[in-house]
Amino acid sequence: MRRLSLAVALALPIAASAATPMSYLRTFGPAGDPGTALGYGLGIVSIVVMVVVTVLVLAGIYRKRPRPASARELTVSRDEGGLPWIYIGVGVSTLVLIACAVWTMLTVAAVAMPAHAAGLTLQVNAAQWWWNVRYRNAEPLQVFDAPNEIHIPVGRPVRIELTSSDVIHSFWIPQLAGKMDVIPGQTNVTWLQADRPGVYRGQCGEYCGVQHAHMSMYVVADAPEDYAAWAARQRAPASSTVAAALVGGQQAFVRNCGACHAVRGTGAGGILGPDLTHLKSRRTIAAGMLPNTPGNLSAWIANAQALKPGCRMPTMALSGPELSAIVAYLDTLH
Amino acid sequence: MAAVLTGTDALRVPVIARPADDASIAPRLDRIWETRKGLLGTLSSVDHKTIGKRYLVTAFLFLLIGGLEAAVMRAQLARPNETLLSPEQYNQLFTMHGVTMIFLYALPVLSGFSNFLWPLMLGSRDMAFPRLNAFSYWLFLLAGIFLYVSFPIGRAPDAGWFNYVPYSSLQYNPGINIDVYALGMVLLGLSTTVGSINFVVTLIRTRAPGMSINRVPILVWGTLTASVGNLFAVPAVSLAFLMLWMDRRFGSHFFDVAGGGQPLLWQHLFWMFGHPWVYAVVLPAMGIVSDGLPTFCRRPLVGYTAVALATVTTMVLGFGVWVHHMFATGLPPISLSFFSAASFVIVIPSAVAVFAWIATIWTGRPQFTTPFLFFAGFIVVFVIGGVSGFMTAAVPVDTQLTDTYFVVAHLHYVLIGINVFPVAGGIHYWFPKFTGRMMGERLGKWSFWIMFIGFNLGFFPMHIAGLLGMPRRIYTYPSGLGWDSVNLVISIGAYVFALGVLLFVINVWRSARHGARAGENPWDAPSLEWATPSPPPAYNFAVIPTVASRYPLWEDRLTGHQGHSSTSQGMLLDNGRETIGTSALDAVPDVILRMPGDSFAPLLLSIALAIAFAGMLIHSWWLFGIAAFISAIASIAWLWPEARLGQTTEIVRDRA
Repeated sequence: MRRLSLAVALALPIAASAATPMSYLRTFGPAGDPGTALGYGLGIVSIVVMVVVTVLVLAGIYRKRPRPASARELTVSRDEGGLPWIYIGVGVSTLVLIACAVWTMLTVAAVAMPAHAAGLTLQVNAAQWWWNVRYRNAEPLQVFDAPNEIHIPVGRPVRIELTSSDVIHSFWIPQLAGKMDVIPGQTNVTWLQADRPGVYRGQCGEYCGVQHAHMSMYVVADAPEDYAAWAARQRAPASSTVAAALVGGQQAFVRNCGACHAVRGTGAGGILGPDLTHLKSRRTIAAGMLPNTPGNLSAWIANAQALKPGCRMPTMALSGPELSAIVAYLDTLH
Repeated sequence: MAAVLTGTDALRVPVIARPADDASIAPRLDRIWETRKGLLGTLSSVDHKTIGKRYLVTAFLFLLIGGLEAAVMRAQLARPNETLLSPEQYNQLFTMHGVTMIFLYALPVLSGFSNFLWPLMLGSRDMAFPRLNAFSYWLFLLAGIFLYVSFPIGRAPDAGWFNYVPYSSLQYNPGINIDVYALGMVLLGLSTTVGSINFVVTLIRTRAPGMSINRVPILVWGTLTASVGNLFAVPAVSLAFLMLWMDRRFGSHFFDVAGGGQPLLWQHLFWMFGHPWVYAVVLPAMGIVSDGLPTFCRRPLVGYTAVALATVTTMVLGFGVWVHHMFATGLPPISLSFFSAASFVIVIPSAVAVFAWIATIWTGRPQFTTPFLFFAGFIVVFVIGGVSGFMTAAVPVDTQLTDTYFVVAHLHYVLIGINVFPVAGGIHYWFPKFTGRMMGERLGKWSFWIMFIGFNLGFFPMHIAGLLGMPRRIYTYPSGLGWDSVNLVISIGAYVFALGVLLFVINVWRSARHGARAGENPWDAPSLEWATPSPPPAYNFAVIPTVASRYPLWEDRLTGHQGHSSTSQGMLLDNGRETIGTSALDAVPDVILRMPGDSFAPLLLSIALAIAFAGMLIHSWWLFGIAAFISAIASIAWLWPEARLGQTTEIVRDRA
């Protein structure tokens, strides 16, 4: 019975975190956990203070008092009294504040850097309104880009270097760590570590313009071997030869989309928009906004402005057959 | 301006009079001080009571405009994927909502109280610089209109009230909107600055004899502190906005990365201003409670000295915490720790005030009037806004909380809880002085309870939305993130709160026409303003009062002071508009101050300045030139030496 209730107690926040993927009431890694614990501590102090003050105000108002001789009568005959309230109240508050400040300093130190040096470094570049993720490697040929969906090995610290190509954004995966702003002209560094395999949602935390609301991303934490397999797949270019039926689609893609988007291994080499080499391996399109289905994809290509007004993806003047051909081609980019 | 007399006239000994014995005094003072009737009088008046009421009404109109903007936003956010507003419309609305509430409501409404009440509380006949006072109001009004000038064409400022670069730079935000914001803020900064100077000098110079610095009401401490703070804080933001405007229109590179500029410079300058500003918009409101609450607890405020010093301490510390708005900007942990610690320390002076209020209630005898309800309710919401601020003081917690709805909840508990509630209570409390009538108690209590319940229903769940990870400033959100029902509750609560505000406005409207006539001191309150008729005459006091204690009107019931305050006998000073100047700390009379009469110069100068700024906005340099020329003329007219103010040596000779 005790074990059952313990299991329920542990399962509830996990279930809740699935329903509330942005809630940081529970975090899943050492970059976030100490801050979460501190948050609970300060939250409890806050609630206690709220309750105590409310009770004191109500008790102060409603406590029994002798009836005054007249309404004009004051309760004191000199301008004095009551000071012990301030001495005791402020004294206790000060002790609590000092304790909280010390706890805060210790937590700041605890989350400043990972316990072990990070093996993996990602360069995350924020742009209106999407995230590029570059997987760093000492071998230049091993470097690859895979936007809007970060993959990391579970249980290992990952160093994140943040750059912006336009305005200020903020990198935030609530269930893994707090925010770090992404500021043009400087490289801010933060780190993540997921102790539990899973998919974590993130979203831009600093107002960055018209589509700030739709600048989200996902972090997928996999077992290290699964991560390695994923990285190997992503590193590979797309196949340059495609089935005959898809050649038209590929050419239409390169012609219409290649100025902004890259599909490595083809003539499409644009860098203004997300790299689409392995588009179909991703869960979502449009920076976490829409599930990655052929229907959404063709709606997006046909009229991105209707779905995400103001975004940088122009409305393409494509014929029906052209659109279908492009979507059919993109559907092969696993 | 108040003129200090030199020469033989300075040796004049004021006549001591008893207005009760001489029926000719009141009509004579009326003739000297009253503003003439009609439009010309309205436009030229420098009466601090008129200006104070104008501030209050104008600020309240802006509050209603900002509230309407919020109501539309809450309709958009009530459900996921709502399409009532386009993202551009939403971004303009949330920006203008913030700008309006923070700059055009929160401080101006407190300036309204202080303008109206200071001379009455301090026993003076006007503020130190009556014309500067009128100028400050006109400029505020015109700056408010200026900030809204691009709203009707759908190009209002849209980069949020803190307007971070580079999003607000020309490259990412072309168009007139950010220029409107930048120039409007510089213009408004002029109003705030001259208003602040006026308060500081008024406190130092124009208190009644005996009103030593340790006897002034806490509202005076609050406004003084806020004014001194503004004098140091406003230059930072005016500079920042001027630099931004130059970046946008003249190709300078203060914030432009490509030109070697620094985006974080903007944030430092903005928050060096922004955080002290937060204290400027709450400390006078806390003063309203510290002065009003004791009246309804039938005892003096517990710990006057501690509360006064805590007020000043808050502002001093308030200049050392600005980086807590920037915990996620990548500054080194050691500097974050410093600002984090400072942000914990600043809680201490607030704790002083909270325990002083609680002790005042506890050791007093509460009277359940509407203002008391607002003040007591305020204490609870003050503490909620305080502890949520305390949570954001901790860096590792704040990096999660910042830029979420938790912060939105926090700032609304601060701005509504610590500003709107005391203001509503204060209006009920001083309504007899403003209008000569009492506010309706029945409707008042209804409006309090609806506001209180609606406020907590609407804004408390914002904490939850924040903890569930909802970022602020998003025009919509998908379902499936757990944010749907909490947002619906927030919207419903916001509308209930709006209903309470509406009832309050109806009550003000009705009471101003049909409220019961109030006597001098309907609440049996202790401070000097309650010794004047309701509403007070143009000259405030028939004779300058003398003050012997902190609570002049309770002296018959309190012991421990030497001598007695008097409003029935004192210096007459009826040789033109005059009041007495006293020493800075002990308020020993040392000079007769001659006050200037009504003038069109402040209005003219304000209009000319606003037109000059409009010329800068549209790059019409000939318009700017003409307006600058008119400004110069208006300034000369304003400063032209006047014989009756003793500003020309001839008149001194004449008198001699």
